[in-house]
Amino acid sequence: MALLAFEEGIDVAEMSGADILCQCLVDQGVEVVFGYPGGAVLPIYDILYNHPKIKHVLVRHEQGATHMAEGYARSTGKPGVVLVTSGPGATNAITGITDALMDSIPMIVITGQVATHLIGSDAFQEADTVGLTRHCTKHNYLVKSPAKLAHVVHEAFHIATSGRPGPVVIDIPKDVQVATAPYSKPEMNAHPSYRPQVKADAAAISTAIEMLAAAERPILYTGGGVINSGPEASALLRELAELTGAPVTSTLMGLGAFPASSPQWLGMLGMHGTYEANMAMNKADLIVCLGARFDDRVTGRLDAFSPNSRKIHVDIDRSSVNKTVEVELPIIADVGSAMADMIAVWKQRGHEANDMTEWTARIDGWRARKCLDYVEDGAEIMPQRAIADLFSATRASGKDVIITTEVGQHQMWAAQHYHFDEPNKWLTSGGLGTMGYGFPAAIGAQIGNPDSLVICVAGDASIQMNIQELGTAIQYRLPVKIFILNNEYMGMVRQWQELTYESRYSNSYSDALPDFVKLAEAYGWTGIRIEGPQELEAGIRQMIETPGPVMVDCRVAKLSNCFPMIPSGAAHTDMLLDPSQVSGTMNDEAKALV
Amino acid sequence: MHIQEETNQRHVLSLTVANEAGILARIAGMFTARGYNIDSLTVADITPDHAISRITIVTNGPPKVIDQIIAQLDRLVPVHKVTDLSENGPYVERELALVKVAGTGEDRIEALRLADVFRAKVVDTTIESFIFEITGPSDKIDTFVGLMGQIGLVEVGRTGVVGLVRGKDPV
Ligand SMILES: Cc1ncc(C[n+]2csc(CCOP(=O)(O)OP(=O)(O)O)c2C)c(N)n1
Ligand SMILES: [Mg+2]
Repeated sequence: MALLAFEEGIDVAEMSGADILCQCLVDQGVEVVFGYPGGAVLPIYDILYNHPKIKHVLVRHEQGATHMAEGYARSTGKPGVVLVTSGPGATNAITGITDALMDSIPMIVITGQVATHLIGSDAFQEADTVGLTRHCTKHNYLVKSPAKLAHVVHEAFHIATSGRPGPVVIDIPKDVQVATAPYSKPEMNAHPSYRPQVKADAAAISTAIEMLAAAERPILYTGGGVINSGPEASALLRELAELTGAPVTSTLMGLGAFPASSPQWLGMLGMHGTYEANMAMNKADLIVCLGARFDDRVTGRLDAFSPNSRKIHVDIDRSSVNKTVEVELPIIADVGSAMADMIAVWKQRGHEANDMTEWTARIDGWRARKCLDYVEDGAEIMPQRAIADLFSATRASGKDVIITTEVGQHQMWAAQHYHFDEPNKWLTSGGLGTMGYGFPAAIGAQIGNPDSLVICVAGDASIQMNIQELGTAIQYRLPVKIFILNNEYMGMVRQWQELTYESRYSNSYSDALPDFVKLAEAYGWTGIRIEGPQELEAGIRQMIETPGPVMVDCRVAKLSNCFPMIPSGAAHTDMLLDPSQVSGTMNDEAKALV
Repeated sequence: MHIQEETNQRHVLSLTVANEAGILARIAGMFTARGYNIDSLTVADITPDHAISRITIVTNGPPKVIDQIIAQLDRLVPVHKVTDLSENGPYVERELALVKVAGTGEDRIEALRLADVFRAKVVDTTIESFIFEITGPSDKIDTFVGLMGQIGLVEVGRTGVVGLVRGKDPV
């Protein structure tokens, strides 16, 4: 576009590639960039120096930048932007890029590259960034001319944020940042072959409504797609559930789209989901999958997955349909748009919710198993209790609360015992299961939501994976809270070793842990230690009330395990509800599954 | 424990894609990353402005996997259109091979006789050898190469398959 204007003789000032890039970011409404400088991005950093519109957050490790961008994106609905240098800067970003791909997070990662004439010469800090990131991005670009940069950047934002969102990498050689070209904001001109399907096929919607109206035991199985579709989609989900009377369960990624306080809420499903959610999936006569993807954590053993149900799958990504579970009615569409259509047709046909008395009674029977209950002996803090108290104290504070997690048992306990009523308040690494995600994600969320109470529920092992970001939080005066469920173990690894390898705890003990309180203080944080049940409530209150960043070392029972659990390779109906059901061995087929 | 395998079907996929850097790596890499098979892959640009290429991929897998392959290809940003020629209706597929055969006397005459039957052309010759150029569906080439193997096959170069739907319309 800039070229056109130039050719037509319209007076457009030449700008450097670095300048064009930053102007594009401004034109895209970008307010914050998470980054780390280096030789190959110095021209861009010079433009960012005292930039009037773009705030740069200096991280301590590029992986941190990517997870911050994810946390920012998932809590605000806006794309997260990352800026890193070539070579090690780019390779350090790869874990977060992959995480964003798996969890469908809109993210733009700008990487510096060696000058075009040096590409391929094994130059200093050269890495084949587009090659390395080709399969962990939704799309990526190497930009070889400043005249092409504006088009690429705007297209990249369009691709990252539309359809099934995901990360897009833009690799910019240093000479392209320095060389000049005319710039004027291009018309949005998406890649001609990129055409996500947003609107559902009307006939499919009509069939879906007839299936729903006929169902006696329906269940809505919802996922992260509802969150990605925006807050309207969560509102539509509530309406659809109310109209049809169907109970609702959700994947880990979808928590908050439907209020946990609703009587129709069954809790999370899957490996560590509730008994009632998994049993209802198993016995349903109709599953309506809304923006979820029949992930292996959700289905358990495939040949035993919900054997007698008809299945509808609404997904914006056609490749998610019939990938693991074959469905009767695929609907390729944005889930919010599809639900709006479904609601309209339901009303237009004057359908009433079916009588669910019998279905509800069966569900109540499963609920009565109280699968999330746990035994307390009063001597140690049970990790579930710590989360439950965290939930009630933060709820009572009246603040807008955002919870992030690391990966492990604490993550599952948080999913089970913290209850979400709104979308975009629960940030966790689902698809990739990345330890080291939660703390930087909390920083990103805090930057996007300065007035919210942002808490990272962490494990003693996971928190050490990006602990260096303590410095970032202090530098930008971010009052994030870290709540470590310290069991002195990689608890989830230990739990699997208990289930599979007769409790041979190979390398799962967190030896040589730091003194987290002193560590916090060394960075200028407040450190709090909670040693026993009698300190729990006060400790949590102190964390909430202390201004500025706080790290809590909450010592919990070391050997508790996360239940209920569907062991890998087992069916929904074969849940382990408590430790007494653990045998300590597994056959090779089960051992071979993750 | 043993790993089970499923029975496979051969499919010819025809793609139009944006002719941009890295497109081939993107497609080939998607196949390896997801464990799909490529029996052959051909690519060349097909428009005067060089903006669009046609890629023809011969793959094999169970029907469910073929369906996934198509969906995964279609999801790549630079891919315009994916057509499964094997499912789409009648189509033509052709492959070209150069086949070098060495021999003298009766072998030489037999090689020429077979080449005639298969409508292969001689494109290079010495006193003791030929290079034949043959086009046709892959199985015809397989047969020709197999027969030459009994005479004095030296080596083979094959292009892989290209294909188009029959009739007046584009796919
Ligand atoms: C980067 C990374 N490496 C390894 C793993 C495998 N893993 C999953 S949970 C876990 C242990 C986590 O321990 P901790 O953070 O203390 O949490 P806990 O389970 O004890 O609550 C490990 C090692 C992972 N998920 N991510
Ligand atoms: Mg732990």
